[in-house]
Amino acid sequence: MLLIDCPWCGPRDEVEFRCGGQAHLARPADPMALDDRQWADYLFMRDNPKGPFAERWVHVAGCRRWFNLQRDTVTHRIIAVYPMGEQPPEPGS
Amino acid sequence: MRLMTRFSVFSLARNAATGHRHWPRQWRSPEPRRSYDVVIVGGGGHGLATAYYLAREHGIGNVAVLEKGWLGGGNTGRNTTIVRSNYLWDESAALYELSLKLWESLSRELNYNVMFSQRGVLNLAHNLGDVRAGRRRAEANRLNGIDSHWLGPDGVAKVCPILNTSASLRYPVLGSTWQPRGGVARHDAVAWGYARAADKLGVDIIQNCEVTGIRRDGGAVTGVETTRGFIGAKKIGLVAAGHSSVLAEMAGLRLPIQSHPLQALVSEPIKPVLDTVVMSGAIHVYVSQSDKGELVIGAGIDGYNSYAQRGSFHIIEGQMAALVELFPIFARLRMLRSWGGIVDVCPDASPIISKTPVGGLYINAGWGTGGFKATPGSGFVFAHTVARDEPHPVNAPFSLARFTSGALIDEHGAAAVAH
Repeated sequence: MLLIDCPWCGPRDEVEFRCGGQAHLARPADPMALDDRQWADYLFMRDNPKGPFAERWVHVAGCRRWFNLQRDTVTHRIIAVYPMGEQPPEPGS
Repeated sequence: MRLMTRFSVFSLARNAATGHRHWPRQWRSPEPRRSYDVVIVGGGGHGLATAYYLAREHGIGNVAVLEKGWLGGGNTGRNTTIVRSNYLWDESAALYELSLKLWESLSRELNYNVMFSQRGVLNLAHNLGDVRAGRRRAEANRLNGIDSHWLGPDGVAKVCPILNTSASLRYPVLGSTWQPRGGVARHDAVAWGYARAADKLGVDIIQNCEVTGIRRDGGAVTGVETTRGFIGAKKIGLVAAGHSSVLAEMAGLRLPIQSHPLQALVSEPIKPVLDTVVMSGAIHVYVSQSDKGELVIGAGIDGYNSYAQRGSFHIIEGQMAALVELFPIFARLRMLRSWGGIVDVCPDASPIISKTPVGGLYINAGWGTGGFKATPGSGFVFAHTVARDEPHPVNAPFSLARFTSGALIDEHGAAAVAH
């Protein structure tokens, strides 16, 4: 069970949240310029690391706002929580 | 060194007479050779089946199966052992029905009792959408020659009298699909049976050997780096379930796969009360009773990526609530143990059994929550793909290229959610 520190509501139980998958995926500026392979890369291909992973979460049973979260996929330790639009903090900072 | 004895009533009697002290080992534990024609990464059911069919169907016996832990210690030994083939789409129906046909003769073929029990599978419907989808799926199955039926609530009660079919349920049972040829099998025995049969055909099964790198020259593979040194290979088949992305990355491939925990649990053993498999996609639980008497209970994945082989408690809580709603008589049962496996989930809930852009590298992955039932068919078509360097007609639609072409095989929900 994860205890997630919502940037707006503070620490809450995992059941109040939904995980929205990999963070920092930018929609291509001009989708029409992409070929099928590039579009498939954007649409379907995902990082799936064993270790630190940046993902989006939404506090569905709270403030209903999205935020980014960096989490270790082996230990489940939450490394960082940071607002949408920001880059993940440097390791060790 | 070929120590294997054939199992029969005579060998059983002979060994019983000597106190069962002289049964030989089921398979060898050889040192890895310097190179093989084919290296299969992953010693679960799918990997071992692949090796077996490579040797038996294609005459390629110079094969190694590399397993980082012990045989069947991953998802093969962690699933809820359900076997069925009542999938909606033609592509899936062909793949899972091929598997089911192989299951039906597997114990005899392997000379190993995999305890395949065709006790039938119910997929319950709890709302109008479920009923329509279930009826449609049953009809689609029949067009594909699969024994699928639609039962009303009375028919469900006849098949499974202890199920609560009262109309007063929060989500009443409005009907169910019914596949009599579905059932369960003993999952460890599947790994052991394939391992023993593959070993007999010359396959080297190497446990405690983790692959740490995939060596390439130009656009093609030349072998694998392992914790027991470099092993050369003309062809490599990745059959590693939850770790598929990790292995693919070693060859510079990115997959449309996310790894999630899938949990299951068993109750204390009780007298036989449940002689079929009951699955509910809508309130989400599935249950059968093992030969030891334990109820085997599963449901859905945890919502986040993980490689930890454990999940969160509220997932178990949700499936137990559904179980008790459907079977009030189970309410006071104690649960003995729970565990998790790491499943590799594809965006369309269908597997990838495919060649890759890397020469000599093949992948069998993305089975998500439903791979066990497909073990024999998966190995059969993947062996064909590796041996011939082209897919078997049954797995051709399950290529990696479908994510570029858009020809997805969307089995979310259509296959009754829970696999």
